[in-house]
Amino acid sequence: MALLDIDNLHAKIDGEHGKEILKGLSLKVNPGEVHAIMGPNGSGKSTLSYILAGKEDYEVTDGTVTLDGEDLLEMEIDERAAKGVFLAFQYPVEVPGVATMTFLRASLNAQRKKRGEAEVSTPDFLRLVKDKAAHLGINQDMLRRGVNVGFSGGEKKRAEILQMAILEPKLCVLDETDSGLDIDALKVVSEGVNALRSPDRAMIVITHYQRLLNHIVPDFVHVMNKGRIVRSGGKELALELEANGYAEYQQDAA
Amino acid sequence: MNADIRPIRTQAEQAILASLATVPEGGDRLADLRRAAARSFEENGLPHRRVEEWKYTDLRSLMREAVPVAGAAAVAEADARACLLRGVEARRIVIANGAVVPELSDLADLEEGLSLTTFAAAMAAGDEVLSRIGGIVPSRYDASLALNTALARDGVVITVTPGAAIARPVHVAHVFAGGTAAAMYDRSLVVVGAGASFTYAESFEGADGLAYQANSATEFVVGDGAHLDVVRLQEEGASAFHLSTLLFDVGRDSKVHAFTFGLGAAVARTTLYATLSGEDSHVGFNGATLLKGRQHADSTLFLDHQVPGCESRELFKTVLDDSARGVFQGKIVVRQAAQKTDGRMMSRALVLGDEAEMDNKPELEIFADDVQCGHGATCGAIDDDLLFYLRARGIPKKEAQSLLVQAFVGEAVETVEHDGLREALVERAEAWLAARA
Ligand SMILES: Nc1ncnc2c1ncn2[C@@H]1O[C@H](COP(=O)(O)OP(=O)(O)OP(=O)(O)O)[C@@H](O)[C@H]1O
Ligand SMILES: [Mg+2]
Repeated sequence: MALLDIDNLHAKIDGEHGKEILKGLSLKVNPGEVHAIMGPNGSGKSTLSYILAGKEDYEVTDGTVTLDGEDLLEMEIDERAAKGVFLAFQYPVEVPGVATMTFLRASLNAQRKKRGEAEVSTPDFLRLVKDKAAHLGINQDMLRRGVNVGFSGGEKKRAEILQMAILEPKLCVLDETDSGLDIDALKVVSEGVNALRSPDRAMIVITHYQRLLNHIVPDFVHVMNKGRIVRSGGKELALELEANGYAEYQQDAA
Repeated sequence: MNADIRPIRTQAEQAILASLATVPEGGDRLADLRRAAARSFEENGLPHRRVEEWKYTDLRSLMREAVPVAGAAAVAEADARACLLRGVEARRIVIANGAVVPELSDLADLEEGLSLTTFAAAMAAGDEVLSRIGGIVPSRYDASLALNTALARDGVVITVTPGAAIARPVHVAHVFAGGTAAAMYDRSLVVVGAGASFTYAESFEGADGLAYQANSATEFVVGDGAHLDVVRLQEEGASAFHLSTLLFDVGRDSKVHAFTFGLGAAVARTTLYATLSGEDSHVGFNGATLLKGRQHADSTLFLDHQVPGCESRELFKTVLDDSARGVFQGKIVVRQAAQKTDGRMMSRALVLGDEAEMDNKPELEIFADDVQCGHGATCGAIDDDLLFYLRARGIPKKEAQSLLVQAFVGEAVETVEHDGLREALVERAEAWLAARA
């Protein structure tokens, strides 16, 4: 059974005259697979990631999404996280006044609690964070600040991957994690992501650049346009897109 | 003034007038003050919404009950009631039903440089320090303060000798320990000598079911170069009425910081007056108010910059759940002589309840030309994007809201310098949030 099964998903912006953004999107993701989604600005990539995470600004008008066979769309936002959905945000927000460590711990323990697991002890938690943070080049000073507060664009992306490493989700959705990263940071972050690759974890990597896919090598590449997946292929598709752009798809769909 | 259109006296006013009849005749200055205060109440009565300073807190219609002045509290009952801030290492004084309870108060073994007595004892002894009472006179009639001046008979009188650094806070626990609703009044005076430093904490509490009325006022006289911290925690019973007034006379080069934390009472009004009468001093008034149900709480500030070069900072945070009502009024007056004044005032409200309401009224009145002053007010709900972010990491909605509310309140609470007191306030905020979840 697929880990994630999206079938004919239609979604619009919530509200009476909300415009339709996803227009019949289907995608199956099996455990262990890495899927890359590419596509022009405004094609609905972030919208898809938000709908998977449960953001309330959208209304699903048709289609189904299941995670491990369960109806994902019926679940509360935090319930989805506990079931293993993780979204690395394109634009992570700053949360002033909530200490990073408090936030990480609250997240981890809330998920564990919902899954019927014991809370992590303070020493175990501190060790876990220290270890993962060191690998991602996140220093203690950043951990002492409020969540993402005053972080540079690249630091925010690294912090997202730190959260992912600590929470060990089943389905990782990375929305333009490479944007804003310098060349070295891109390597560090990619290594962090690759370290999480495993036979029972799947990833959806949204990106505009083939460069990231040199580091995180995908099993499949999909082209998204106007709320639909218009073409799928292997990793070589990314190279083709890099060379030719999206012109041909945009004409097709127009 | 407008005597012809004054409405007939309410039941509450009549009861208060009956209490005022007991204000004794006497010869000294204090007695004169008390009678003058009683007369001003007789003339003006309880303020209502057409009185500018009470526009949003119409005492006349809010204070319906007429309750008698409280009798003495039983010591055991007072002891059982005084729970707040008990974990904080401090010199504890208990005022129950408006009178100091000596059995529960650390009146002996005073640190060098600290003198502490009861207001009643100071009055009986004709203590010279009481000449400082009534030193700050609000520019307009203030019913809450007038009633306090007329009716309070006890409280604490503290003097810190010039230069003394008193490390251990004095904590005055105000409790209502009566079996039936009653009114209580207490008045305190704190004189901090030049160059001295002192921390004064207060707490307010009482039974939930009783519509008792608490009225407390404290005057602070802060000497040149002195440092005073005031921390108050108001958790009156859920049906109570809380009226309190803090008055500060701030000397040159001094530093005064007051933090008011309000969680309790059905209706609460706290008024702070500061007269900056010495140059180059710094005043920080901060506060947080957490309201739920149908609670009504009003924080009103008056800062009077009379001399050049002073700085004042105010940050008030209000969290409103259910159909609670919050009020913030702040007025900074900068007199013509007060050049180089730097005053900043900010009120922020976080609205959780659908029916909740906040009224903000910050004002500047500037007569000097070379000043830096600003004020602002915001009022909004929890940021959905922040809430989504936390929930997307697995934190349930209520818990995520709690974290965000704590962060909101934390910015104000963090200004409390004393570690033990600050931690105690954080703990009270957490308890409030836990009760909500
Ligand atoms: N909450 C919203 N309200 C109004 N329009 C929205 C909202 N969310 C998305 N849209 C619109 O939906 C379309 C798809 O947006 P989305 O962010 O999903 O695109 P994207 O593929 O992630 O683009 P990019 O590559 O620029 O990140 C855009 O036209 C966008 O303006
Ligand atoms: Mg996007």
